[in-house]
Amino acid sequence: MSNPLNPDNLDPRNKKQRIDELAAGSGGTATLTVDDAGHIEESTGVSLIASAWRRLRRNPVFLLGAGITLLFVLLAIFAPLIAPHDPTKGLLLDKVRPQSNPVPGPEAGFPLGADTSGRDVLSRLIVGSRQTLIVGVFATLFGLAGGMSLGVLAGAFSGWVDSLVMRIVDVMLSIPSLLLAVSIAALASRPSQWTVIIAIATVQVPIFARLLRGSMLAQRSSDHVLAARALGVKRSAIVFRHMLPNSLGPVIVQATLVIAGAIIDAAALSFLGLGNPDDRQPEWGQMLGKAQNNIFDNPALAIWPALCIIVVALGFTLMGESLREALDPKSRR
Amino acid sequence: MLRFILRRLLQMVGVVVVLSLLVFLWLRSLPGGTVSAILGEKATPARRAALEKALGLDQPLYVQYWQFLKRAVQGQFGSSTGVQPGVDAMQVFVQRFPATLELSFFALLFAIAAGIPLGYMAARRRTSWFDNLSVVGSLIGVAVPVFFLAFLLKYWFAINLHWLPVSGRQDPSLDATRVTGFFVLDGLLTREYDAAWDALKHLILPSLALATIPFAVIFRITRASVLDVMDEDYVRTAESKGLTNKVIRGRHILRNALLPVVTTIGLQTGGLLVGAVLTERVFSWGGIGEAVAVAFTRRDYAVLQVCILMAAITFVVINLLVDIAYAVIDPRVRTR
Repeated sequence: MSNPLNPDNLDPRNKKQRIDELAAGSGGTATLTVDDAGHIEESTGVSLIASAWRRLRRNPVFLLGAGITLLFVLLAIFAPLIAPHDPTKGLLLDKVRPQSNPVPGPEAGFPLGADTSGRDVLSRLIVGSRQTLIVGVFATLFGLAGGMSLGVLAGAFSGWVDSLVMRIVDVMLSIPSLLLAVSIAALASRPSQWTVIIAIATVQVPIFARLLRGSMLAQRSSDHVLAARALGVKRSAIVFRHMLPNSLGPVIVQATLVIAGAIIDAAALSFLGLGNPDDRQPEWGQMLGKAQNNIFDNPALAIWPALCIIVVALGFTLMGESLREALDPKSRR
Repeated sequence: MLRFILRRLLQMVGVVVVLSLLVFLWLRSLPGGTVSAILGEKATPARRAALEKALGLDQPLYVQYWQFLKRAVQGQFGSSTGVQPGVDAMQVFVQRFPATLELSFFALLFAIAAGIPLGYMAARRRTSWFDNLSVVGSLIGVAVPVFFLAFLLKYWFAINLHWLPVSGRQDPSLDATRVTGFFVLDGLLTREYDAAWDALKHLILPSLALATIPFAVIFRITRASVLDVMDEDYVRTAESKGLTNKVIRGRHILRNALLPVVTTIGLQTGGLLVGAVLTERVFSWGGIGEAVAVAFTRRDYAVLQVCILMAAITFVVINLLVDIAYAVIDPRVRTR
């Protein structure tokens, strides 16, 4: 019988079911212990982490994903040094001709040409990696923080707290993700990079919450938690030192995948006119969203940022998927 | 079985009630509030006060929520201000619903027709180049922003090659008769076959764009599920009994492997609506997705609340139906 609990069946769009399955996949396999100083130590024997790493090192899919990700992060960090021109200056403005040829094409020193304001496209792409990384990482971190608070609340206290939190989470999951993000973005009177980040983060909150609650529930009845309870360890200590660290595996994997989704969603928000209107700090999603206005005259202005988004999203997805596969106890055989 | 359905129905009612509360609070916290949304920022204080009184906004919050609920149950959400000014918001939704339903139906059809056979084939030839290629392909499919793909398809097949129409649902010069609001079906019912054919041609590009994500999802679930089932003992038993390959594949592998796929298809409805918002905008489709996209840019909150509520309710109801269907097919689910 096909097992719907197999994390292999999962996929980014399958919300509720997928989240619960992911959580179940991590249940019971206690491999990390955290000491008082917060250092993570591997337990004795071949831990899940160690065996996962052994398999990951030889996995070409993971190496490709991690390679793309590393390149992207390095690009974002050193962007101002790499970019050949100032991304905010209309260096080729005198060559922008709205009537005949709207944007200057490639020329010496400007391999990808310029945009409608005469700014170097290559430099904007390179510098744009920085804001793109910021959107992806911060949307994920905020979503993680919100989802973890709710998830810990629901996982630590059973009963009505759990029911209440989970009903709210279910409702948030029933609203199609982009509609939810856009609704949150609409609450701000003036859109900016941060409203985009908060909107995308909100969509992730219920996913992380359900995921964490699921894996904490699996922890609650495990032997080491029972032992801790029998020894009279305080509830807060059980939750934060025994249950939470052991439940983080699927959450971390999900976070890798969310970064990819966040970058794509930021582009969708820009496309719908709810992105950051200030383009002095370029961001790929924003560049793609803005390029739609004259996409049929200047398709290149949309294609370059779109290609960047696709490659980076693919990098994070490949990394996340192979991480999940490696951490799945079922694939250890 | 009855208890299972009853329990799920009760859960659904709970979800819808909390949802209405969230939408209500959302409307209250919009910048400027409902009054500014209707009258604009520059309205005189007297007019604002009059409207506040008319809308019951001077009442305490729980009374307002109760009023909101009473109106919502009757389908009264006020008039559209931006999408189709003056038209009742519920009316806007009802008018446009068939367009989105038709588009989603064809998109889902494409996704299922391609996803299940390809997923099955990939699993049967595990780790072959076909398998690897299609897995990477499905990951790329998820990584491409939907509206960009829609633009690409439109640019290439409609504008460059002129193979297919650029936008809309049907050539208005055909002046086709309307019966159900589903244009292809209308053409077949009234025997205006050229109208049906024209509507079908309009459907191809947007439904292909909309189908990519559900296709990638269905493909991967099918593949994973077939891989799971192939290892099962009963398949080995069937093989060792000497059953023909055809029987093993059809009855033992495919039938069991499709169970999780059914659930997945139900879960795609939410994703389809998100995709519809983006693709309908590109192809000026005139459905709910386009209405939502326009409503956000023009701040038409009456249309927005109808669409958000109805989208979420549709999603919840479809998943309830899928769960019930699943419980009928697979008795073990009922006890879980």
